[in-house]
Amino acid sequence: MLSTPALVLAIMLFGLGLIGLLSRRNILYMLLSLEIMLNAAALAFIAGGARWGQVDGEIMFLFILTLAAAEVSVALGIVLQLSHRFRTLDADAFCELKG
Amino acid sequence: MRLSLVAPVARDWTMEVLFYIAAAVTFLATLRVITHLHPVHALLYLVVALIALALIFYLLGAQFAAALEIIIYGGAIMVLFIFVVMLLGPLAVEREKAWLTPTAWVGPSILALVLLGEVGYLIATGDHTSMAVAEPRQKGISIALYGPYIIGVELASMLLLPGLIGAYHLGRRLSREGR
Repeated sequence: MLSTPALVLAIMLFGLGLIGLLSRRNILYMLLSLEIMLNAAALAFIAGGARWGQVDGEIMFLFILTLAAAEVSVALGIVLQLSHRFRTLDADAFCELKG
Repeated sequence: MRLSLVAPVARDWTMEVLFYIAAAVTFLATLRVITHLHPVHALLYLVVALIALALIFYLLGAQFAAALEIIIYGGAIMVLFIFVVMLLGPLAVEREKAWLTPTAWVGPSILALVLLGEVGYLIATGDHTSMAVAEPRQKGISIALYGPYIIGVELASMLLLPGLIGAYHLGRRLSREGR
């Protein structure tokens, strides 16, 4: 069965996405890392669905796809706004709230 | 209600070899995505990673998910990203020239050629996944989607509408201030 190596690959991809999200400060790359992590979660669902021979994994993949599409459209709008106002994509520059 | 079908994975070792090659391509391409400095190059690698992931979905027996991964992720969402990257900076020709050097295509092309070889092998060796098995599985997805998962479909539509309105709002304010 390919399910176990698929789950291992999902863990590795999720780790790569998390490392990218934490280490990169360019907000565009942080979005890309989020996409990688969502894809890793989708791969885990597909592997689970293939392991048990059920269709639920693919249905969860459909929902993840919907979520990613909505998230990307809004987040890219925010990226355009930020680059328009701050003239940079550095995430550390957006600290007007002094958080 | 739930169709319990055995996933159409072949039992021979060729499927495992194909899976591990595709997994290696996915991992390498993803590694290059998070370590690259040029956004366009990183996006090229991400497209290759998504296509390799679609091949993995196919090998796991989820043909419908593989098709959606290529069409929506590799097509629509990546086009959105490339569009925004092109919108971000001033659209200088010199800048695009620096981004799209011939050497930038070498890495993604090699990885994509590996994937093309795998797909060619799958097509040449015939019916690992026969349509007779795939067809009732797609039917099972549809039945489950509009049966026990109908509330999820409703929630997804309720998510997509605010997403549409939010994206429109953010883009509209940008164009007004630019004037």
